[in-house]
Amino acid sequence: MKTSYWEKEIETIDRTSLKKLQLKRLKESVAVALKTPFYKARLKKAGITGPDDIKHWEDYKKIPFTTKDDLRECYPNGLLAVPMDDVVRLHTSSGTTGTPTVIYHTKKDIDNWSDLIARCIVATGATEKDIFQNMMSYGMFTGGLGLHYGAEKVGMTVIPMGGGNTKRQIQLMKDFGTTVLHITPSYILHIHSKLAECGVKLEDLKLKKAYLGAEPYSENTRKKAEDLFQIDAYNSYGLSEMNGPGVAFECVHKCGMHVWEDTYLVEVIDPKTGESLPEEKEGELVFTQLVRRATPLLRYRSRDIACIRKGQCACKRTHRRLSRITGRTDDMLIINGVNVYPSQIEEVVMRIPEVGTNYQICLEKEGTLDKLIVKVEIYSKLFKGELSEVDSLKNRIKEELRAAIIIHPAVELHEPGSLPVFEGKAKRVVDNRAKL
Amino acid sequence: MAKELNVFVENRPGRLRSVAAALAESKINVRTMTLQDRGEYGLMKLIVDNPEAAHLALVDKGFACALKEILAVSLKDKPGSFMKLADAFLKHEVNILDAYGFVIESKKEAVFCVEVKNAAETKKALITEGFRVLEEELYDF
Repeated sequence: MKTSYWEKEIETIDRTSLKKLQLKRLKESVAVALKTPFYKARLKKAGITGPDDIKHWEDYKKIPFTTKDDLRECYPNGLLAVPMDDVVRLHTSSGTTGTPTVIYHTKKDIDNWSDLIARCIVATGATEKDIFQNMMSYGMFTGGLGLHYGAEKVGMTVIPMGGGNTKRQIQLMKDFGTTVLHITPSYILHIHSKLAECGVKLEDLKLKKAYLGAEPYSENTRKKAEDLFQIDAYNSYGLSEMNGPGVAFECVHKCGMHVWEDTYLVEVIDPKTGESLPEEKEGELVFTQLVRRATPLLRYRSRDIACIRKGQCACKRTHRRLSRITGRTDDMLIINGVNVYPSQIEEVVMRIPEVGTNYQICLEKEGTLDKLIVKVEIYSKLFKGELSEVDSLKNRIKEELRAAIIIHPAVELHEPGSLPVFEGKAKRVVDNRAKL
Repeated sequence: MAKELNVFVENRPGRLRSVAAALAESKINVRTMTLQDRGEYGLMKLIVDNPEAAHLALVDKGFACALKEILAVSLKDKPGSFMKLADAFLKHEVNILDAYGFVIESKKEAVFCVEVKNAAETKKALITEGFRVLEEELYDF
C-alpha cells in the first residue's frame, strides 16, 4: 500500500525527537495558559508559576486536570489567552446544564488545525484530485468547518453540503462524481437505503472513500458501509475542546487512529483514580493542547474511553494509534452525531410549568438513524381543559428542546402519573437503539 | 351556564375505562360524552349529573381535567329545529369551537352543546331569539 504524507518530517519523526518537541511545546503552552485568569490560579496552586517549572517530559503530571465544568465556569472569556483582535473564529458548544463552553482560535490556530486535517486526508490516500462532499454540519459544530479547511488546503474540490437533505446529497454525489465523503456512520447507511428511491445506482457514483466520525460505531458497521458502497471507510476522532475533528485519524492501514502527538499530548488514565494507564489498557483519554494559542487547554479530560495501541504502524508514522472509542465516563448521549446530555433535556422540561416533574428520554432507531423521543407528563393543576393549549405546549417543548440541543426531538405528552417513577437518582434514559 | 368535564387522556387501550371506573366508583351518571382526538392523545368531554363531584373524583385519581362552561341549547326533536339554531348563530356571527348534541326525549327534546369564545354574549343572543339555554336541568332530566 502506498503511503503519502502531508508533513512527512513531523509525521515520521523519531520518538525521542518527538518527546523533545512535546516538552518544548508543553513549556510554551504553560506560558500561554498562565496568561488566562483560570490557569494562572489553577497552576499556581500546583506550584507552577512559569514555564521553567516544567523541566522534564514527565513533569506534565504536575499539571492538574481540566474538566468540562472548568470550561463552563470560564465561559465566556476565562480561558482566552490572546487579545480578542487576534481571534479569527470561535466555536461554542452547549454545556450540560445550559451554560455553554467556548473555544477561540487565532489565524495560526486555524492554520495548524487545517494542517492536521490535511495530514488525515492525505494519510487515507486522498489527493487534490478528489471530490470531497462534506456531509457534516457546518456552523458551531466543528465537524463541518474542520474538515472543510483541511480539504481545501489539500486542494480537493469541496462540496460544502452540510448534514441532511438526503435527496440533494445523492444528486450532488452523482452530478459531481464525489469520491470522498465526510459523514456519520448512521447517515452513510441511510444514504445507501435511499439510493434506489432517487433512481441512482452504485455504478452512477464514483465514491472511493468515506471518513466516518462523530458517533461511536463498530468494526461491523465499517465493513457494512464499505461493502454497500464498495469503498474504504476510515475512522475519525475529535472533540470540540481539542478543535474538533483531526485529533486522530486512520491511515490506509485502518488499524487504529494516529493521534497527532506533536499537537496533542495524549494520556490514558483510570477515570476513578487519575493514574496513568499503559498502552493497550482502556481508560479515559486526556489531552493537552501543545500548539493552540487562543484557548490553551492542559490535561483536559475528554470523558471518552479508549486505549493507545502498542507497536508501530506499517505506514511508518511514529504517532501512536488510538483504538475505537468504546464508551463514555459520563451519561452523554450521541444522537445522530450530536452530543446531548440528559441534563440539558431535563433543564428545558423542568422550566416549563405546564409539565409535571416526571419525564423520560427514549432513543429508538428509525431505519439507520436515531430518533429522540422526550416523554413528559401534563401537570394536572395547570390543565385548563383546552386541547389547543395542549398542542401548543407540545410545540413549545419541541422548539425549546431544539434550541437547547440542536436536534429535533419528538415530544410525547402523557397523563399525570403515567410514566414510570424512579426512586432516588432517576434513570430516565431508555436507549433502545441497536448498537451500530 | 352548564358545565362540561374535560379530561386529558392518552390514546391507548384502557384509558377510557379508567375514567369510566373513577366515575362509576363515585356514582356519577354520564349523560353523554364526546372525544376530541389528536392521535397520540385526546380530550374526553363529558356531561354528567354532578360535574363538581365528577371533577373531584378524577382529580383524586390524578387525572389532568377541568370544568368548562358551555352552552346547552334545548331544541325540539323534529326536522328544522337544528336549522333554526344555525340561523341564529349565523345572524349573530357566532363562531363555534366545538359542538355535539344528544336526544333527551325522543321526538320531544334534544340538546345541542356548544363551545364558543364569548359564551355569555352568545347566551343572551340565543335567549332573545327564543331559545332555552339549559343550566342545572341538563344534569338531571
